[in-house]
Amino acid sequence: MQMPPLDPDILRRRGEIVAALRVIVPGEGVIDDLEGMRPYECDALSAYRQMPLVVVLPETVDQVSAILRYCQDSKVKVVPRGAGTSLSGGSMPVGDAILLGLGKFNRVLEIDYANRVARVQPGVTNLGISKAVEHEGFYYAPDPSSQIACSIGGNVAENSGGVHCLKYGLTTNNLLGIEMVLMTGEVVQLGGKHLDSEGYDLLGVMTGSEGLLGVVTEVTVRLLRKPSTVRAVLLGFPTEAGAAECVAAVIAAGIIPGGMEMMDKEAVKCAEAYVGAGYPMDAEALLIVELDGPQVEVDHLVARVEEIARERGATTVRVSHDEQERVLFWAGRKAAFPAVGQITPDYMCLDGSVPRGRLVEVLAEMREMSKKHRLRVVNVFHAGDGNLHPLILFDANDADELHRAEEFGADILRLCVRVGGVLTGEHGVGIEKRDLMGVQFTEIDLDQQMRLKCAFDPDHLLNPGKVFPQLRRCAELGRVVVHHNKLPFPDIPRF
Amino acid sequence: MTSTIKPRSPEELRQAVEWALNDGTTLDVRGQGSKIALGRPMSCGQVLDLSGLSGIVDYAPEELVVTLRAGTPIGEVEALLAQRNQMLAFEPPDLGPLLGREAGQGTLVGAVMGNLAGPRRLSAGAARDHLLGFSGVNGRGEAFKSGGKVMKNVTGYDLSKLLAGSWGTLAVLDQVSVKVLPAPDQTRTLLLLGLDDAAAVSAMCAAMGSPHEVSGAAHLPGRTALRIEGVAPSVEARLKGLRDLLAGTGAAMEELGTLESRAFWREVRDVAPLGAARDAVVWKISCPPTEGPAIVARLKALRPAAEAFYDWSGGLVWLALPASADADHVAVRGAIGATGGHATLIRAPEAVRAVVPVFHPQPPALAALATRVKESFDPRRLFNPGRMG
Repeated sequence: MQMPPLDPDILRRRGEIVAALRVIVPGEGVIDDLEGMRPYECDALSAYRQMPLVVVLPETVDQVSAILRYCQDSKVKVVPRGAGTSLSGGSMPVGDAILLGLGKFNRVLEIDYANRVARVQPGVTNLGISKAVEHEGFYYAPDPSSQIACSIGGNVAENSGGVHCLKYGLTTNNLLGIEMVLMTGEVVQLGGKHLDSEGYDLLGVMTGSEGLLGVVTEVTVRLLRKPSTVRAVLLGFPTEAGAAECVAAVIAAGIIPGGMEMMDKEAVKCAEAYVGAGYPMDAEALLIVELDGPQVEVDHLVARVEEIARERGATTVRVSHDEQERVLFWAGRKAAFPAVGQITPDYMCLDGSVPRGRLVEVLAEMREMSKKHRLRVVNVFHAGDGNLHPLILFDANDADELHRAEEFGADILRLCVRVGGVLTGEHGVGIEKRDLMGVQFTEIDLDQQMRLKCAFDPDHLLNPGKVFPQLRRCAELGRVVVHHNKLPFPDIPRF
Repeated sequence: MTSTIKPRSPEELRQAVEWALNDGTTLDVRGQGSKIALGRPMSCGQVLDLSGLSGIVDYAPEELVVTLRAGTPIGEVEALLAQRNQMLAFEPPDLGPLLGREAGQGTLVGAVMGNLAGPRRLSAGAARDHLLGFSGVNGRGEAFKSGGKVMKNVTGYDLSKLLAGSWGTLAVLDQVSVKVLPAPDQTRTLLLLGLDDAAAVSAMCAAMGSPHEVSGAAHLPGRTALRIEGVAPSVEARLKGLRDLLAGTGAAMEELGTLESRAFWREVRDVAPLGAARDAVVWKISCPPTEGPAIVARLKALRPAAEAFYDWSGGLVWLALPASADADHVAVRGAIGATGGHATLIRAPEAVRAVVPVFHPQPPALAALATRVKESFDPRRLFNPGRMG
């Protein structure tokens, strides 16, 4: 993984940059010693590590504004960071960039039950929002598996999803407003407690922009009333095709489950050995279908799902009868990643999305690739929305295996795009899938995205080296070329 | 007279834009032109008519996705979905009659470009939440795409959000993929009679905060309506739950069955309850639900003839004011004040829309950013110049 070459001029000016930051953020908010910076050297994509130029932890919006204005004026790069749980390297430091940590923005500012919104600072954890409102029977719907640690500001940057996206949407569908700071230091409000934008939907474009457009300093989210009843159905199928047909049939019957998860035989084996959830070991594929809502509706739909599953040849059909049993059904699925971690030194988790109708063929092809690359693959995924999470098993200490794992991963993502899917459903591009962007997008597609970036950050100072396989200068991108003259294409180094 | 270009293929569309760019002209981009009376008046060199790019490209009900060409009439899409018991969950309104045209016109992409949404905006989101991806042409004459056909996608910037609600000012689309959802078996409505605005909004907010999954909450003079949708036993139980929850309001209650409910909510969706004079100006105000009644009270104090009703639990106010040269825009926006929210002038004569900001003015830093965003797509301002200005 190559990052942009470090700017020697910036490295030389490090002392001056640290001094300038200390003026803006007095006290212990500026960390420039190696030991102090060590906790920031990577995010959850921990195979890649890099020390930042310096870490700054502002406490006020004015400080964030002053830092960004300083960066803009002095042409210093800056990497924003929430809790550092990105799975794609979105918050990985860059050696010649300031790491701007939002961890001190950790207060819940306002909870307005009548309007069903919460206004919080970006460092509040995803789960922290739900915890703050659960005593009134409310929650915040998107639930990425890192929800105990990940920050809501990071969720905005990554448009985080979770298990319940099909019914309740991603971050973008549950976000009402943000306050953000632009590279100029200007503070702007997008949205609020009301719905929809008065102009262009910049809130929508900020969501999932991976920290490349601005720094979020306040977040307003929609709260939902907790469903009164939640039940899960555990289904075992003798074939993956049977399980996939069941998923399609449930949706075709007009049922949108709260969650619909699938695990292949390998995943079931690992999970069962790890937590003993009582999964059927004879099944080739396991489905967990969760239904939530008013009790009478849930009971009605559980019966429908049971019926559909039997019609599609399910050999195991079990319905949770109490909360304990429901949690047990989920225990194996939720522990799938650590369970796989028990049988392999390392694994790589991919995140492509495909049309549901292509699931079976994608799984079959993935197994062929597994033979070709001589590496095992285990599959758990959000079947309801076609978001795959193949886990490639390898040993990072073996350079050849690491290389093969990277190749295998890239092949899987190419396959996702080929069948009409996309590179990433919820983890983000970051540095991980950056160099594959050309598989999904043409050069024109990417140029258009980069031009949008230029509207926010004309000097490419925010989160450099992420998302785009190559950066082109805004002045060059901004030229309007009339007629069939090809745009000049200078030899800018790829990184 | 302005001439019209009507491309028949995505490549012809691209060539048309490239030609306009080279020729230095501007384009009035239209599907069926059903919403041309909305927005600032424009004076364009050419009309770019997208109705030649029409038809369903792909519809897979079990994928919950429909892909179609930009000029496809919305009625055609809705009829197709209805055959498979599915729907556009954002419930796009038919603003034709409100804007003085026939009902049943317009394209789905036109509704997306206005980010329109009906009563179900509350629970299901707006057009922005359902546009999964698109392909089109930018103001440089370049064909590009964004998003995809899958439910979950965070690959690159979410340009679909930006295009939804851009009123055709950023790019010209040739194809979109839109998320669809199952249509409910039953639709019923609980009516509370005789509540004033404040009590009604309070009741609607209580209902929205209950576990009864209300998918529409509107308050018309004298009638407050709560919509419950789904399978029969669930609808029955939730209606009962709502009655119990709201017994304390003291309001008399009635119920509407499925057919009556559908008709009722279609009227709310299409702004039919605003029975104002045909020359009245119509505003759409988006605000925090609990602020709705105070905003309306401030405006009624100023203009006693003002008429209003509420959707989105109070967060959407449809307001009719007597005709005036400036549509009372200062008063309307002043009434929103610092509570957060915005007002859009939906209906007014062309002469009024020429001098009044139709879309809510933005603070300078945000307005400058929006201008840079516009220029990143359409640097020569080919598409619908000035419509949002």
